[in-house]
Amino acid sequence: MSDAQIDFTDIRAKLAKHEGPDYWRSIDQLAETEEFKLFLQREFPRQAAPLEGSFERRDFLKLLGASMALAGLSACARPPLAHEKIVPYVKQPEQITPGRPLYFATAVTYAGYAEGVLAESHQGRPTKLEGNPDHPASLGATGAITQAQVLTLYDPDRAQEVLQKGQPSTWDDFTSALSGTLAGLPGGDGFALLTENVTSPTLASQISDFLGQHPRARWFQYDPVHPDNVVAGARLAFGQDVTAVYDFRAADVVVALDSDFLDAGPGSLAHSRAFADARRLRRATDTMNRLYAFETAPTHSASLADHRVALKPSDVSALAAALAAAIGASAPTAQRPAAVSQALFDALVADLEASRGRSLVVVGPDQPPVVHAIGHALNAALGNVGATVSYVRPAAARPAIHREELAELVGLMNDGSVKALVVLGANPVYTAPASLDFAGALAKVPFSAKLGLYHDETADAVTWSVPESHFLEAWGDARAFDGTATIRQPLILPFYAGKSEIELLGALLGNPSTAGYDVVRNYWRANVTGSFDDFWRESVYRGAVAGSSSPAVSVSAAPVAEALPAASNFELKLVLDDSLLDGRFANNGWLQELPKAFSNLTWDNAAVIAPTTAESLGVKTGDVVKLTSGGKDLSAPVWVQPGHAVGAISLALGYGRARAGKVGTGVGVNAYKLLDHTAAGAQAVTVAKTNDSHALVSTQTHHSLEGTGEARHIVRSGTLSEFRAAPDHPHFVHPVAHHEADLYPDFEYKGYRWGMVIDQTVCTGCNACVVACQSENNIPIVGKAEVARGREMHWIRVDNYYSGSLDDPQFFHQPMPCQQCEKAPCEPVCPVGATVHDSEGLNVMVYNRCVGTRYCSNNCPYKVRRFNWLQYAELATDATALSLANNPDVTVRSRGVMEKCTYCTQRIATARIDASVEDRKIRDGEVVTACQAACPTQAIVFGDLNDPTSQVTAVKASPLNYWMLEELQTFPRTTYLAKVKNPNPALASAEGSH
Amino acid sequence: MAVAAGKRKAPFKETNRVIRPGETYGGIDDAVLTPVLAPLAKTPMWWWIGFTISAAVLLVYLVSVVKLITTGIGIFGNNIPVAWGMPIINFVWWIGIGHAGTLISAALLLFRQPWRTTVNRFAEAMTIFAVVCAGLYPILHLGRPWVFYWLVPYPNTFGLWPQFRSPLDWDFFAIGTYFTISAVFWFIGLIPDLATLRDRSKTKVQQLLYGILALGWNGSAKAWQRYQRAYLLLAAVSFPLVLSVHSTIAMDFAAAQLPGWNNTIMPPYFVAGAVFAGFAMVLILAVPLRKAFGLEHLVTLRHLDNASKLMLATGMIVVYGYFIEIFTAWYSGVEFERYMIWNRMFGDHAVFFWALIFCNFVAIQPLWFRKVRQSPWALFFIAIIVSVGMWLERFVIFVVSLTKDFLISSWADYVSTVWDWSLFIGSLGLFSTLFFLFIRLLPSIATAETKETAYHDHHHGSDAFEHARMEYFHAEEPA
Repeated sequence: MSDAQIDFTDIRAKLAKHEGPDYWRSIDQLAETEEFKLFLQREFPRQAAPLEGSFERRDFLKLLGASMALAGLSACARPPLAHEKIVPYVKQPEQITPGRPLYFATAVTYAGYAEGVLAESHQGRPTKLEGNPDHPASLGATGAITQAQVLTLYDPDRAQEVLQKGQPSTWDDFTSALSGTLAGLPGGDGFALLTENVTSPTLASQISDFLGQHPRARWFQYDPVHPDNVVAGARLAFGQDVTAVYDFRAADVVVALDSDFLDAGPGSLAHSRAFADARRLRRATDTMNRLYAFETAPTHSASLADHRVALKPSDVSALAAALAAAIGASAPTAQRPAAVSQALFDALVADLEASRGRSLVVVGPDQPPVVHAIGHALNAALGNVGATVSYVRPAAARPAIHREELAELVGLMNDGSVKALVVLGANPVYTAPASLDFAGALAKVPFSAKLGLYHDETADAVTWSVPESHFLEAWGDARAFDGTATIRQPLILPFYAGKSEIELLGALLGNPSTAGYDVVRNYWRANVTGSFDDFWRESVYRGAVAGSSSPAVSVSAAPVAEALPAASNFELKLVLDDSLLDGRFANNGWLQELPKAFSNLTWDNAAVIAPTTAESLGVKTGDVVKLTSGGKDLSAPVWVQPGHAVGAISLALGYGRARAGKVGTGVGVNAYKLLDHTAAGAQAVTVAKTNDSHALVSTQTHHSLEGTGEARHIVRSGTLSEFRAAPDHPHFVHPVAHHEADLYPDFEYKGYRWGMVIDQTVCTGCNACVVACQSENNIPIVGKAEVARGREMHWIRVDNYYSGSLDDPQFFHQPMPCQQCEKAPCEPVCPVGATVHDSEGLNVMVYNRCVGTRYCSNNCPYKVRRFNWLQYAELATDATALSLANNPDVTVRSRGVMEKCTYCTQRIATARIDASVEDRKIRDGEVVTACQAACPTQAIVFGDLNDPTSQVTAVKASPLNYWMLEELQTFPRTTYLAKVKNPNPALASAEGSH
Repeated sequence: MAVAAGKRKAPFKETNRVIRPGETYGGIDDAVLTPVLAPLAKTPMWWWIGFTISAAVLLVYLVSVVKLITTGIGIFGNNIPVAWGMPIINFVWWIGIGHAGTLISAALLLFRQPWRTTVNRFAEAMTIFAVVCAGLYPILHLGRPWVFYWLVPYPNTFGLWPQFRSPLDWDFFAIGTYFTISAVFWFIGLIPDLATLRDRSKTKVQQLLYGILALGWNGSAKAWQRYQRAYLLLAAVSFPLVLSVHSTIAMDFAAAQLPGWNNTIMPPYFVAGAVFAGFAMVLILAVPLRKAFGLEHLVTLRHLDNASKLMLATGMIVVYGYFIEIFTAWYSGVEFERYMIWNRMFGDHAVFFWALIFCNFVAIQPLWFRKVRQSPWALFFIAIIVSVGMWLERFVIFVVSLTKDFLISSWADYVSTVWDWSLFIGSLGLFSTLFFLFIRLLPSIATAETKETAYHDHHHGSDAFEHARMEYFHAEEPA
């Protein structure tokens, strides 16, 4: 049957794992040769597709049982195969209505910090994550990355089996090798455990048990996402580990020092909500906070800034010190950077002085510890402690400065004192700073194991690689930025027999068959007073353990004595990528194709520089430059970014993966090659032009709003004082008078009349809506080449505009879904009536009627329609596991048809059915579109315009409400609130107006 | 070279009359029909070469179509915002070319322009083949070409009609009507000639083929009378089509609200452009054809002169359209319109606009001079330039307008792909293959009508005829 070599070891291993079928048909079958798969596909097409391996229908059924009984999740444990029987429902499970999803609370983690989510499960299949309103780090919202995590669950490139030096092995073999190794190390001497930042109480207690059993074993933490400088800064300021928790709702004046507090780092979603609440404006009488931002590269937060100055990292540090001196806080002496004018500086100081106790200074994680200490001193001097900032015990089990821990570990590995290393989750071969040469040190460790979602760079270098279960597959727990714990529950059995960190720790503790469920339950049982079952049911259900937030700590700041970082000609700022973070999401197509804020760049990272810098270097976007820092060099394409600081280069980590998977391998350049573990902040760098160039692909060509752009009145913005001067009819909202005229009477909507408003004043351009829409509506990705052709499929896009000068522009983000025009230009031109208006005002798309003339798109002034130029979505015949992430409520489109935003018509339909069953109207807030649900700042409001009490009606009554391209008389149902800024009236040049 | 030319050894002088003086009925038949009836072996080498090349290019077309249907419309360069790219440019370009045929046959027949007789046949053939090339484009260009018939109003299980408000649906009917009427008109005109062919056929196959196609034509006065009536009626039906087809296609653009498309001038402007392009194509075909077949005595300089006058006139209407577009954009005061014109003239694709101004405006100016109008090869080259210019015009109107419309964020460039070009070049192959088959199998000049012209020349030309004849024969002697 086959000429291919059959690997008998492999077969034996598979049989040992009990993963193959009970009765195997041939050796080819066991070896899973291509020929056998083809044979299977021909003969039993349903059996072959789409999941090879262990995920089968009965798993769904078991899961149904599992999800039914929240507390008694014993069904998650896999019964021996020989006794498995497939049984239909005898009785309909109580909670399951076919076609209706269930939601389960769990949490995603970034740098260990939890963000609560509600995972949507269709008949046992997780398809989407929504924010958990009961969780303090989510408040119902999610970020873009969270929205994409469900795709990773189904990624066919995930690690699927235990590998020993690249050869298939088994969990049993691994655990016996592990215990054998451990037995050979008395007291754990020479044993090192490397984890990411641990906030999980269960895992922490297991680790402490393990260290109790093996007192000479060492535990290290390394996670590139972890904010080392924040921890170091708190230690510097207070001499102890504390976490600052901010209350942006109470802050009238916010100063952000290289901080993207609205989009990055623990608590950013909570910050977004609070900051937006303090900023949101409907009437001229509403109050509004003021944000001063000083930063290197444009950030989401700074796009809302009322005053923003681009400074290179060392200048931000100097400004912090100068500000502290002016306020009277302890700080090293420093000169005010020249880019910050005296007038602005004075106005800022006066503003802060005037807002004592109602101001807030936040410092970004890329600033060195001393600046964080200055930030703490400033907040103390301004009387903000206890008002807008409070200090609590850290959520992390053992706060640490990760880059130092990794350096220590590498030192031990290099001198041969590490005999065994177990890596949990982390991928240090890729993410370790190049200055440490982790891979070289790893080669000196005789026994090394790694637990991870992918067989990645580290998995290639260790002796054992164990597949990790996805967080939607495993029990666990984690703490949020404020310490609130979440018990994470699985929604589905592990696809690939993965193990969780807790289960691996169980093996380390001598029990290889530990079930994560038992461990988590036992931990909490020991730490709960009162009825455990009630506690468990309530906590798992809510997704947050009541009263678990960290206790407050009283602190007193020591004087800041440390010197500021030295400035250099060119400063390199290596930053976490907006989408891929540290690179762990490199194989997630949704995130790779997600256009980055400001640049709309996809499928690449780039050395971001200011236009002035580009001019002096003689380079343009796409030219490759050679960056040299600390003796290492890297060639990277340039992206010229208006508003970037001169004398600095920003480069995102997370790209240039050598072993990410089919999607992510080899995309972009690997910035870790320049990362220096001794640098707390920016690194000195030299730049040399090369003759190469690289095609960077952006979804938007960039044009300033000056000239024709300005005359088009696409973005409308003004200042609070302008608004207050004309509270009923602000000129900047309606710059041109238009007359409505129509020969025909308007259609009368008797039932619902759906509409949406997008508030540009609080939109940070975070892209959460884009991925939320992608996940909800089964939107395919198209790849770099197709994006280059202009064929990306996002139904909602975030348009980026600039106004003002190249060096100091203002930023505008404009989410652009289908405008659902009342007089939609797309409708009359379709020759087959595939796009029509429905009785509730939606402009609907009938996919199976569409013949693909694309006339509708040509006639759409907003160009929000998307066309399936090729077969982008996976067809049933060649689908991978990725198609399991599809939302069953939304059609998967075939090639040759047009598609577009539908206002989540499937959600409206669900609500309509619910309402009609209960014989009532749909309530306001009952239909929440995917983009609206995700939005961290609640910039998107959706509802029934026929309901005079609905939120959307109220918001649309704002004088700031305007129609996009109103002169075309398309009467869009999606409208925008003009962007209002609140510049300091003391500054003559009102930056908010143009 | 050609069979007919081989027989006529005497040196030939070009004439300005619609037919060379002294043509006889038999002579006309000999000249036109003999090559058609010649046995396969006597087919001239140039035909074989031309046919082989055309068929090879047609193969490119077939490969492109298969690739298109199996892979999808994504093989082209289209994107969002430029959802219509080269296929639509080529569609409109072909439709434009298809215009001169009907205009020559129908309009000139109705206006009793005797000079049309020798050129109308191949102009009509050109029309039909061009409409075939054009008509396939919008179907192939669909996302799902296999359901193109949903544009047809037929009773169906969906219980759905097409959407009659869409100009694309009008377009579908317009092209369908145009093709049907043109084909019928062409065939009716062919009947007397087919009968002559039948009568002169030497082989059974020819007799059978032409006999069937001649529909039992017997040449009786009654047959002639009915034939003439039918022909005139069809001419009267098809003449408005010349105006309506391209007006309708212009509606595809005029009815949209895209700056650069949304112009009330579009319909007449498109019609003028189509006639302009159509006459250019007539010249491109006529100049080599009359040479190759030795038909200079039938397709005379007078024909070329008239065609180029029409080309000049319609060309200047088109140029007027360009200026009106610019004026309206300025006069409207609408930012989007003004920017569109600015972008057209000075934006990224400005070179196309200025090239089009050269091709369609500057290059036709020599046609004001009789000397140029009567130099066949000069006309041939000007006509080629005009054809390129009309292609550019469609590129500028369709694509350049789409690349930069209302929202700056959606602006994007358009880059054509190898498949865009292979389908276009392939369609040229389809056209020329059909054309080569036509000139080999059917009379490319309407002999019956030409004989009529010769008759009139004999009987009504008298003095002028004699004079011209003397002049002609005199000039034939070497100087």
